[in-house]
Order: sequence, then C-alpha cells, then structure tokens
Amino acid sequence: MQIFLPIAEVSVNAFVLLGLGGIVGILSGMFGVGGGFLITPLLFFVGIPPAVAVATSANQIVASSVSGVLAHFKRKTVDLRMGWVLLAGGLIGSAIGMQIFNVLKALGQVDLLVTLCYVVFLGIIGALMLVESLRALRRSKGRPGKARERTKHTWVHNLPFKMKFRASGLYISVIPPIIVGLVVGMLGAIMGVGGGFIMVPAMIYILGMPTKVVIGTSLFQIIFTTSFNTMLHAYTNQTVDLMLAMILLVGGVIGAQIGTQIGLRLKAEQLRIMLALLVLSVCLKLGFDLLIRPSELFSIGVL
Amino acid sequence: MRVLLTSFLFALFAVELAAEEVVADLSQNRVSITANFDGSEILIFGAIKRDIAAPDDSDLDVIVTVMGPEKIETILRKDRRLGIWINVESEKLGLAPSFYSVAATRPVEDILNPLSDALWKITAEEQILSERRGLPAREALLRIRRDSGLYRRANDGVTLNQDTLFNTSIALPANLVEGTYITRILLARNGTVLDDYRTEIEVQKVGIERWLYNLAHDNAILYGLLSLFLAAIAGWGASEIFRILRR
Repeated sequence: MQIFLPIAEVSVNAFVLLGLGGIVGILSGMFGVGGGFLITPLLFFVGIPPAVAVATSANQIVASSVSGVLAHFKRKTVDLRMGWVLLAGGLIGSAIGMQIFNVLKALGQVDLLVTLCYVVFLGIIGALMLVESLRALRRSKGRPGKARERTKHTWVHNLPFKMKFRASGLYISVIPPIIVGLVVGMLGAIMGVGGGFIMVPAMIYILGMPTKVVIGTSLFQIIFTTSFNTMLHAYTNQTVDLMLAMILLVGGVIGAQIGTQIGLRLKAEQLRIMLALLVLSVCLKLGFDLLIRPSELFSIGVL
Repeated sequence: MRVLLTSFLFALFAVELAAEEVVADLSQNRVSITANFDGSEILIFGAIKRDIAAPDDSDLDVIVTVMGPEKIETILRKDRRLGIWINVESEKLGLAPSFYSVAATRPVEDILNPLSDALWKITAEEQILSERRGLPAREALLRIRRDSGLYRRANDGVTLNQDTLFNTSIALPANLVEGTYITRILLARNGTVLDDYRTEIEVQKVGIERWLYNLAHDNAILYGLLSLFLAAIAGWGASEIFRILRR
C-alpha cells in the first residue's frame, strides 16, 4: 500500500515504513535506546529527503521516550533534578545545533555534516561499547558476581557550583551535566536523534551516575530536547511530516514491546555486544559511502 | 527584411495550418493527490479535422508533451576533499520543469526537422535549459531526472488510426509536484508542425494531505504542537495498552 507523505512529498510503501518503525522499535526495546540513530539513516535509504528525515525522527523519538519514561517513573528510576539540569544545557545546545544545521543547509552541506556526525559518534560509541562489553563478558566468565567498583573521584568532583542529586546519590558541580546536556542537545538537533547513545555513557563514565537511574533520566530529558527540536524544525523549516511520524510510531511502539520481551531473555553483556556491533555497522556503511567515489557526482539541490 | 522573415516564418507554420487541425481531450483535467496517491494515468485522445483530403505523399504524426511546474534548479557537484566526497560547487541553472514527458507516433527526431524541434521546444534537449547546452551541470540535471523517471519519452507512445484518430496515455509518477501541468498536442507533417492544441492539468493535494501541508506552512507553531501532542498521546497510549495486555 503506497502512501503519499504531505511534507516529504514522496510516495512510500506504508508497510515498509511500518517495518522500519517496528525494527527500530524492537532494537530500542531490547537495548533501551531511542533508536533515532538508526531511523534517520534508514529514512534516507527509503528516499525521504534528509531535512524531513531529521525533523520527523525528532518527533518520533518524543513518542518512544514518553512511552519509556512512564515505565521508569513507576519504578522511581528517574533523577528529576539531574534531568532538569541536563535539560537546561540541552535546550541551549538544541538552539545552537539548529543554527549550524540551517547555515549548512544554505551551503548545501547538511548531508555531509549529518553523515560525518554519525560516522564519528557512532564509531566512538560503538568501539567503546564493544571493548567494554567484551571485557565485562570475560570478567563474568572468570569471577561471577564481583561487585562493581565505587565511582572514582575525578576532576569532575573538583568544580564549583555543587549541587546535591539525591536520586543519583551524587554531590557534584552543575557544570559537567550542563555541558553534557548542551553537547547532546546540539547533536540531537543536527542528527535528528535523542542522543541517548551519547548521553547514557556520558552519565555513567563522566558524571558517575548509578546505572539504574541513567536510562530513565536520559529519556526524561530527551523528551524535552526532542520536543524543542521538533518545534524548531516545524517552525523554521516546515519539515516535520506528521503522516510519516505517525506510521513510524505505530510500528515503533509495537516493536518496542516485542523488543523488551526479547531483551529479558538475553544476557546484558550479549545485548551490549550486539548493540555495539549494530552501531559499528551503521557507522561503517555511512563511512564507506563518504570514501567511495559516488556513481553520480551531481545532485539536485533541495531548497 | 522583416517582411521576408515574417513570411518565411508564416510559410514554416501556417501554410498547411488550415488544412489539418487537431481536436483533442483528456480523460481528466484534475489530479488529486490523496493519502494513497500512487501516480495517475491520463488518457489523451482526439481526432484530426480536415477540410480537404489528406495528402498521401507524406506521413502524419502526433506528438504529445506534458510539462510539470517549473522551478529554479540548483545543481551540486561532489568532489574529493581530504579523502572524502563532499559537495564542492553549487550552480543555479535556471527554470526547469519538475516533470516532462514526450510521447509520439515515432521518434521525434524522425518526425521533425531540428529547426521545428527548437522552435516548438519538443524534446527535453530543446525544452529544458537549452540555452545552457553542453554545461556539465545541465546534462547532469537531465540525466538524473531521466534516471528517476521524471523526464520521459515514449517513441511509439501515441497510436494513430487511419491518419484520423489518435490516443495515448501519460503516466504521472507518484512523487508528483503540485501545480499546473501544461499539455500540448501537436500535429506534424513533412518535418514541421501543422497545428497544436494546448490544455492544462491541475495537480493538487486534497483532503488530509492538503490540510496537513497548509497547517505546516501557515501555522507552523500549531502544527508543531499538534505533532508533539500526538506523539505524547501515542507514547502514553502504547505504554497503557501494553500494561493492560500484560495483566
């Protein structure tokens, strides 16, 4: 069944879109990520113009994050105070990111920027995650049940403007969370992602937050930054395709529930290795496309 | 001199003009882009009206062109910089149609002499940015649009029966741009155009497509809020439904 998307102005098979939403939903349910980093490139592949893909993914992530954060609220695994601090940085970052996006759009370099961001960040995160989870897997084979080390005292703890984050059991400066929020917000606006895949490791390794509150808190602030991004894209570029977002959503929410069930049956380390491999393969695909001579050197500018 | 030129042009088009005329109609003058729009097929049919008997020393041909709304096109060129392929050059080419289709009883090059083709702007070569011929960016535009099926030609797309009745069908693709599609039906003999008939096809989004598009452009803030509201409802709804199902 073909469906004509009013903003993207292309006709796409609705089942392909449902399938895409579903696959990304399964992955996000399995790994606890928003899936924006997958859905945006996948939308490029099916022929959605990049500007529309980026804006619409932002809208779709709002829905999946709302769905996810509700479950975390019930389990009380959201650090609201940390969420608000991250958000303050996130909103500033979004506004900056949107400016960069629009300047490069005018220069015809949006695709390059988006792809480069993907290659660099997916590469770094994927590699780190793979190394870390392989090490964890080896450790768990050797001595099972070894407790995780207490958070180390790092430079992060020596900065001024300290604040108490009770749910995370932290007493740290507000500067690092604001910077983390800002960077993630900026990338979110450029890449059309929530930034969970950057935010989660940053919260664990830079801020030293306990793992159990990380995902809920990250989702909580992602709702607001992606909402802000959606509004900015809708207002400045008119590139949010509501029809596209709704179809992806339906596939996504069903997929997410299936994914959660699959996730429960697998070991955490295995899950992380799989996610790492997935992230790396998307990175390699996009990276190769930049290095290999394209078959058509010319393209028609989209304004 | 001017008199001479005028009479030359007159001779070129008009001498046989009165002899044979084209009468044509379209199956539809309006194409509505609905949510499940998947392209559209327009039938074009007609007849040749004659005051005198058709000459039998030459072949009669029919050419049908359909041209979509024009837009100033910009072409980007990629090149290798620091090992990666990036857009290095952008060039504003000028007005080019979003869609262009030529159908005829046989290849246009066989029907018309090059001068008539140029005067009437029939083939894509003549119609689209012909003043920038030879420019790599312009050739690229033609190539890309041809490859994606937006510039088409059907060499034997028109059926002509006993030099009197003709019909053809023009397939409009699914990724259609809104606007006015100018349709020309031309009659040719001896390498020149005898008569032409022009009509328009209106392509418009309707229903929810129209509504969403207008809202997104005229009331962007409201549209943004609506998108967020629906996303939040969907997210909340999904978690509620599955909570109930799991019980």
